[in-house]
Order: sequence, then structure tokens, then C-alpha cells
Amino acid sequence: MTLQAWFALLATFVASTWAVGALRRRMARHEAGRRFFRHPTAAWGMGVLAFFVLVAVAAPLVTSFDPRDQLDIVNLKSQPPSWSNILGTDVYSRDLWSRVAFGARISLIVGALGMLVAITLGTLVGAVAGYYRRWVDAVLMRGVDVGLALPRIFVMLMAVALFGRLPLAILVLVIGLTSWFGTSRLVRAEVLSVRERDFVAAARAMGAGPGRVIFRHVLPNAAAPIIVSAALGIGNVLLLEAALSFLGIGVAPPAPSWGNMIADGAPYLATAPWTTLFPGFAIALVVMALNAVADALRDALDPRQEAT
Amino acid sequence: MTEPLLRVRDLKTYFVTEQGRGTARAVDGVSFDLYPGETLGIVGESGCGKTVTSLSILRLIPEPPGHIRPGSLIEFEGRNLLALAPPELRAIRGNQIAMVFQEPMTSLNPVFTVGDQIAEAAIIHQHLSRKAARARAIEMLTLVGLPDPAERVDHYPHQLSGGMRQRVMIAMALVCHPKVLIADEPTTALDVTIQAQILELLERLQAELGMSVLLITHDLGVVAGQADRVVVMYAGQVVETAATTELFNGPLHPYTEGLMAAVPRIDAPKSRLQAIPGQVPAATAWPSGCRFHPRCPHAWTKCTIEEPPLLGDGEHTARCWLVQEPARRKREPRAT
Amino acid sequence: MTAWVVRRVAASVAIVFAVVTLTFFLMALAPGEEMLGQDERQVDPQVREELRRQFGLDQPPLVRYVRYLGQLARGNLGVSFALHRPVADALAEAMPNTLLLAGAALFVDFLVGLALGIYQALRVHRLPDVVLGNVTLFLYSVPTFWLALILLLVFGAWLRWFPVAGMSDPIICPSVASFYCAMDRLWHLALPALTLGFVGAAGTARFQRAAMLEVAAQDYIRTARAKGASERRVVLRHQLRNALLSFITLFGLAFPFLLTGAVLIETIFAWPGMGRLATDAILRRDFPVVNAAVLIASTLVVGGNLLADLLLAAADPRLRVRGGEGEAA
Repeated sequence: MTLQAWFALLATFVASTWAVGALRRRMARHEAGRRFFRHPTAAWGMGVLAFFVLVAVAAPLVTSFDPRDQLDIVNLKSQPPSWSNILGTDVYSRDLWSRVAFGARISLIVGALGMLVAITLGTLVGAVAGYYRRWVDAVLMRGVDVGLALPRIFVMLMAVALFGRLPLAILVLVIGLTSWFGTSRLVRAEVLSVRERDFVAAARAMGAGPGRVIFRHVLPNAAAPIIVSAALGIGNVLLLEAALSFLGIGVAPPAPSWGNMIADGAPYLATAPWTTLFPGFAIALVVMALNAVADALRDALDPRQEAT
Repeated sequence: MTEPLLRVRDLKTYFVTEQGRGTARAVDGVSFDLYPGETLGIVGESGCGKTVTSLSILRLIPEPPGHIRPGSLIEFEGRNLLALAPPELRAIRGNQIAMVFQEPMTSLNPVFTVGDQIAEAAIIHQHLSRKAARARAIEMLTLVGLPDPAERVDHYPHQLSGGMRQRVMIAMALVCHPKVLIADEPTTALDVTIQAQILELLERLQAELGMSVLLITHDLGVVAGQADRVVVMYAGQVVETAATTELFNGPLHPYTEGLMAAVPRIDAPKSRLQAIPGQVPAATAWPSGCRFHPRCPHAWTKCTIEEPPLLGDGEHTARCWLVQEPARRKREPRAT
Repeated sequence: MTAWVVRRVAASVAIVFAVVTLTFFLMALAPGEEMLGQDERQVDPQVREELRRQFGLDQPPLVRYVRYLGQLARGNLGVSFALHRPVADALAEAMPNTLLLAGAALFVDFLVGLALGIYQALRVHRLPDVVLGNVTLFLYSVPTFWLALILLLVFGAWLRWFPVAGMSDPIICPSVASFYCAMDRLWHLALPALTLGFVGAAGTARFQRAAMLEVAAQDYIRTARAKGASERRVVLRHQLRNALLSFITLFGLAFPFLLTGAVLIETIFAWPGMGRLATDAILRRDFPVVNAAVLIASTLVVGGNLLADLLLAAADPRLRVRGGEGEAA
């Protein structure tokens, strides 16, 4: 790796550590912020996430090779980690670190966007079901039951079988469309309890329409489980993308995604284990960080634990 | 002069709070005696430490974050409860000293029948068989005045009303005929009419079983009706001790006076409610000197510097410099 | 009470029905040719037409659907396009294998997960809890198939403790009934089941730890102590009983996880189960097999939820008995 890339990588480490420190100081002013950072893994989780996001954003700076570049198919094929290729090379002699760094872009974007679609849909359906209740609720929740009854893998496989390999945007959309059911149940439960509170009655008495009541009054108070769900949701989408790419129906090569990198490396597991190890480790780290942050968020935002 | 059944001397229970907020000295040097057959009322606002005091007696304080400081003494029939090994302590809990809590709904296990829960104490301490224990449970339910005890014994807590649950709690506490019953705000969560019934029940049971009762409450009315002697607590300390009639006829401590003045009276001409100005201070930062001085209408310089000990003759004491210097009492016109 | 049970069962059946219908029409109405197996692509178009007519694919979708329902009612799952044999036969071969794998994984999942979660809660915030907490966090966050690959590498290839593929050794196991064969099968089952089981256990442990801690903070635990109950009694009788109620809800969530995991694990370990059967069928557009697989999968998931609900209703008195409240004290 070039010296410039080393410096950039070092800068990324420093920047993510500093960013978490700064966030911690700012959050110390709020009760919830202090509770969040009281978790021993919260700061670590935020740091890891900051690091990977920065790496994804600054991928060309922290790497010295193009991720699709086959460097030297004869000599540099399936090489273990070395000074020039810090994570080694894969079977096509592509630099693994570059692929991980650029793969972060695709994996994280798929994760974030997929989660956004799922959370938006889930919140909308859950809020409508919880607010209107009666037959609207019954119909929507039966739909959710049906959605939950079918394992996502099957649905994704079917989508691919019927429409051929999906372009990235459609992939994200379909992932989102199959992942919102759990969120809708959570949101519905929250909305059901919040709508009974007095300030909702007050808003309606003032003549606010249902849309306004839902968006400006009910949802902000139901925000806690939605936020926690979002953090967990990114992790779930990441794992799902990895599984799909592994099965060959996710992100198409040669574009690097952590999932299809594992798939590429699987046949050479015994001879070049690092090609499978590092991308999987990257997924594990990011999902761990997201889970740790979600745990801390859950404690921080839990109204039951508000100090009296 | 009989010996006290329960002696509490200089009890200190502190809690560690989250980083940087300091130690909460919830109970800071509390002493009192409980004699056989009497009802001692502990009265005070929320945050004064009365519940923590009652929990400390049976060492039910979660440790961490709480701990009872060394130097505290809790003697029951001559034995120091704080020095007992766990098995010995367990032999006393529910057996010699029993406790009734404030919230009967959350204090009863939702997955067991009330009969099971009452019988549990008998099984643990008296080693009764399940059949015998169940019969005991029905006996106890009858004793506490629950209608249809033979049927109710198999009901779950959620099937009973608030008043009935509290009767169950009392039955549970009395199964082993304890010598001391600690009742922590037993009627606070109940309707006023039910309150009266529960208090009556406690009085009757005390007479029948000959036990001592430690009655914790914030309600002066309850104390006036039930207690033989009263301990008034404020800011983690005892601020006044007296026999009930003495206390109500002539309170010595300004806090007690304030409490009594704050109770609206049906027989007095309508006037504004007298509130005690200010707020209860945080347990992490008790005021210097006399802890009540920021809210006391009579305070002078000495009160801000020196903390008064309990002053007065043996029976009626108060933690106030006015006992020594009654002339300092300000004749303030009371607002009408 | 029985009315509620009947309603829940009817609702579950309706959901499975809806899922199967949805899948049927999704596959039938989708663009492109339904493939009649890989080899058929090179076949003469006339033979192709003949096959289509044989399988009834020339009929409009609604007719096919009604016919399919009729078939189902008679217990006929149809004939596979690609495998040229009755679907029921293919399933009968594959399903026991998947059930074996999923069952073993579920066993490991719940046993290890419960034990870990409870142990962690009893040593909360101390070293064992912190260490185990991080371990479960890691296992919970890894892609299951990646973990399978790693474990395969370490225990299969490097240490050679376990075999790397298949269900049994073809030499030892010509027939099922023999002790050595049973042992051999167990040996083959170990790695895939443990992989799937441990990942599930991590989630279960996290959940159970939280449930135990939540119960520990309740007032009735303090009441039990005030009665003089030993710590053992407090934990085993009072705390555990309530925490296990929450655990029952986990049942419903376990099945979708196992199904997804089965698909991936079976691929990696070359385990001849339903996951592989279904995946191949979907990619080959083998409708009858797909429909049957979806039917079974959704039945398992919905059935799991139903079972959890029934168990919960039986175990939690608050749900079971609807006594009168609000009577005079």
C-alpha cells in the first residue's frame, strides 16, 4: 500500500476516534445522551461505524489499487497478506483491502437504503393500523401475518427466478419490501398506547386532521422503538445482502460487496482462507457495532428509565 | 419499663449514584425503639427515607447500589440483624419480622395463586406439607376477612380487587405469627373507604395476635388513628419523637407543625392551605447545619451552621434548637 | 376459551392459504417461460408443447389454481417438472433430513441459549457476564453461512474433528439400522447443527438475559425475599417461572430463522434437505415443488407462532383465566 494510503488510513482512525469523543461531549448535556454512553460498548460501536463510514466515503484515498483491477494474474493470485496488499489478494489477483473498502460503499448503502424503505413502510402501516384500529387494523395486520409467514429468502429467490438478476436499485427495494413487517407490529403497539394519551385528544379537539395528529403528535412519542428498529434493521439488511450474494442472487460481480466476496472466496477456503475471512469479519464488525448501538439506544430512550 | 423488641441505633443507609452525582445518604443516623404490642408510626414526605429505613431492617436494600454503613445497629430481641449470616436472617424474614408493601398488585407474583403465595411462608418456615399449608392459607384468608376464602385461595392476583390484594398481602405476612409487622404505606394505593377497612383490620389483628406494628405512612390522619407513638422523619433523620397525643397537642419541631398545618380541616373556617415553602432537598446534598433550615420560618444563624441533636425530655424529643431556646420562636402572623 | 383457540387455528389456516395462493399466482403470472428442467431447453418445441399440455400449463392461471386446490384437497402435491417424479416423493426424501437438522439445531439453540442467558443474569455485570455478553454479541452478528465456512475450515479441514459434507458415510451406512451408522450420522450432523444452533443460542441468550433481569427488578421478587425464601428458591421458583413466559414467545421467532439458516447451511454442508430442494426448484421454476415448499415453510412458521400462543395462554394465568375483577374489598 502506498504511503499516502497509509496516512489516509491513519487519519481515518484518528478522525473516527475524535468524532466519537466529540459526540460524547455534546451528548453529555442530555440525560439520554449520558445514558447512551454509559454502555461500555456504545462508544466502541459508534467508533467502528464511524470508521467504516469514513472508509467507505474516502475509499479511493485509503486504498492504493482499484478494486476491479487484476494486478498480476500470474504472480499475485491468492496471496496472503503482505506489505503491499495488506489483506492479501483474491483468486483474480485483486487487492482484498481495496475490495473491502469499496465493498463497504455498496454494502453500507444497500443496508441504509434497504432499512429506510423497510422502516418507512413499517412505520406507515403500523401507524395507520394503530391509529384507525377496527377493520383497518384487522386487514393490515392480517397482511403483516401473511408477510411474516413467508421466509424472506424464498421471496428473494422467487423474485430473481422470475425477473432475472436484479439491478441494485430494485434489489434494495425488494429487500425493503420484505423487511418491514416486524417494524409495523412494533409501531402499531406504540401508536395504540400513545393515542390514548391526553395530548392526542387535545390535538384532535383543536381540529387537527388525522395526518397531522399522527405525524406531529403520535409518531414523535413513538420514536424510540422506531429508532432502535432502524439500527437493528441496517444490520439485518447487511446480513440478508450477504446471504443473497452468497447464493448468487445479490450484488453482481465484479462490483465488490462483502457478500459476494465471501461467495467468491468460498471455493478456495482451504487454500486462501483470508479471501473469505476478511469480508465476513467486516460484516461481523459492522453488525456487532450496530447491535451494540441499538442496545445502548434502547436503554437511553426507554421512557421507563427516566430519572424522577 | 419493658425492653424494646426492636432497637434501631444510628442506622445509615447510603446509595451510590451514577458517576459524579455523589452518594445519596438516604438514611443518615436514624434511631428509634419498638416495644412489644405497640404501634409505632413513622411519618414523613416522600424522599425522607422512611421506606429505606423499613427495608433496611430486613436488609432488603439492593446492594449495589445501596449499602448499610458499618456502625449501624438493628437489634431484634437482642440479636444484631446486620451481623447475621444469610440463613439466620432468612429464618427471621417472614417468620419473626414480616413486611407488607405499598403496591399489592406488583408485590404479588402474577403466575402463582394467592393460596400458593400465602402457603409459601408456612412451607418455608414451618415445614408444613402442601395440604396443611393450603389449609393454613384458607385460615389466614378468613382471618383477614376475605369473602369466600375456600374459593379465593385458588385465584390469581389479577382476579382480585386492590383491597382484596392488600388483605392477601397481610395474610401472607401473618402466616407465621410474626412478632413485628412492618407495614410500608399499606393503604396509600387504595381508595379512601378501603383504606379505613384495611386499617381497622390491622388494628384488630394486632390486638388478636399481640404483635408490634411499624406503620410507615405520609398521612398524618392514619398516624393519628392508629399509632401509639410517632417518629417524624425529614431528610434522612428523625426530627421528632413523641406519643401520638403529645405530638398532636403540642408539636415541637417546625416541620411537624408545618405538616399539621397543611392538612385541611373540615371544622376550621375556609382558608388557604398552608404549604411548607420550598422543596425536600436532594439526598446527595443535604443542607448544612439543621437540614430543615432553608424552609423553616424560625431559623436563625445557629441553625445554618450547627446540626441540632435530638433535644427534650425522654419521651418527647425534637431535633431543633428551639427546644433549648424557645424565645427565638417568631410570632409570625399566619396568612388567612 | 376454546372459542379463542378455534379462532386462532382458523386464522392460521387462512394465512397459510393466503400465502400459498399468493405464491401460486406470483409464479403463474410472472413473465418468461416456466422452465421444465435444464435439459428441456434444447428440446424440440413440439415436444415442449406436448409436455406443457401434459402438465396442464396451457390452461389459464385461474383454472390451474382451482385444479391445484382440488389436488391439494386430495393430498396430491403434483409432479415435479424438473425431477419427473411426484413432489411428495421428493419431499419425503428431503424433509426428514431438514427436520433432523433443524430439530437438532433448535435443541442446541434453546438448551445452550437458556442456560447461558440465565447464567449471565445471575452474574450480571461481573466478568462472566461481560465475557459471555461479548461472545453472544459476536455470534449474533456474524453471517451464519460465513461462520459455517469458518467452522468447516477449522474443525473439518484443519483439525479433522468432523466430516465436511453429506449426511453419512456411504460405506458405513448402507442401511439405517445399525449402531455404527447411527453414530456416523450423528457425527455428520454435529457440525451443521452446532453451527446453526450456536448462532440461534446467541440470540436466545441475549433475550433470556434481558427477560431475567426485567423480572429481577419486579416488586414480587422483593416480596419473596421478605418472606424468607432462599436465593435459590427466589431464582428457580419466582424469577425463572416468569422469565420463561417471555421465552415462549421466542418459539414463534425461531422457525423463520431456522428455515433461512437451513437453506444456507444445507448448501455449504451438502446436506440433502428441503432447503436445497426448494432453492433449486425456485431457480428452475419448478412450480409444483415451489408451491409445496412454500406450503410447508409457511405452515411451519405459522404453526410455530400458533404453538407459542397456545403455550403462552396455557402458562400465563393472566391470559388463561378471565375471572371477575373490581369486586368489593
